[in-house]
Amino acid sequence: MMTRILFFAQLRELLGCAQIELELSNSLDISALISLLIQTHPTWQQHLQSAQLMCAVNQQLVGPDTLVKAGDEVAFFPPVTGG
Amino acid sequence: MDYVAIQTENFDLTAEYQQMLEGATCSGAVVLFTGLVRDFNQGEQVLELELEHYPGMAEKALLAIIEKARQRWALDRIRVIHRVGKLAIAQQIVLVAVSSAHRSDAFSAAAFIMDFLKTEVPIWKKEATDKGSRWVEFNQKELEAKALWQAKGE
Repeated sequence: MMTRILFFAQLRELLGCAQIELELSNSLDISALISLLIQTHPTWQQHLQSAQLMCAVNQQLVGPDTLVKAGDEVAFFPPVTGG
Repeated sequence: MDYVAIQTENFDLTAEYQQMLEGATCSGAVVLFTGLVRDFNQGEQVLELELEHYPGMAEKALLAIIEKARQRWALDRIRVIHRVGKLAIAQQIVLVAVSSAHRSDAFSAAAFIMDFLKTEVPIWKKEATDKGSRWVEFNQKELEAKALWQAKGE
């Protein structure tokens, strides 16, 4: 099952990418997922390692230790500015 | 009774207020907050806003905030509408409407919902200025507003 990874707002523009799909063989945490993304997209490093980066798994805000498994929907985005 | 919507269309304050009143016999107070597009931000002249959201999650995050508000105060009806897409100066961006038996609960809950919306709901603003367009930067003050509520007990 594919894991969908979404990018929003300024991050989407900086990466030039709104969405990718990954085939995950094992569960891994958010930090490890970011490392994996940087391995395949080295130019994404500075943007995905920003201290301000927010992350959601299955549409819930989560921290870097949260586990991601096959079929999850993961999203990365900058701090929110609605309202 | 909760209503949450993320939409491009404008909302009619009179119609929304009517929704708060219709058949409501136990409400003694209605608080309506609207957020508007203003023509200045961080020293620049703002010409227009463009808002983007994370469909699905934005609505869920709003409902979760409303649930937290309901745990703190005795509330009747809550309606939150947030617009996305391109918005001109002085247009309405967001509505928070809360009714309650007494005004203090309605005032507090409306402020609480806005403070959490500002830090937890995945919506982003990009502003067109006379010097080009830029993403609005997160204001650290929003975290302080949320921390005040958390200090008062969550």
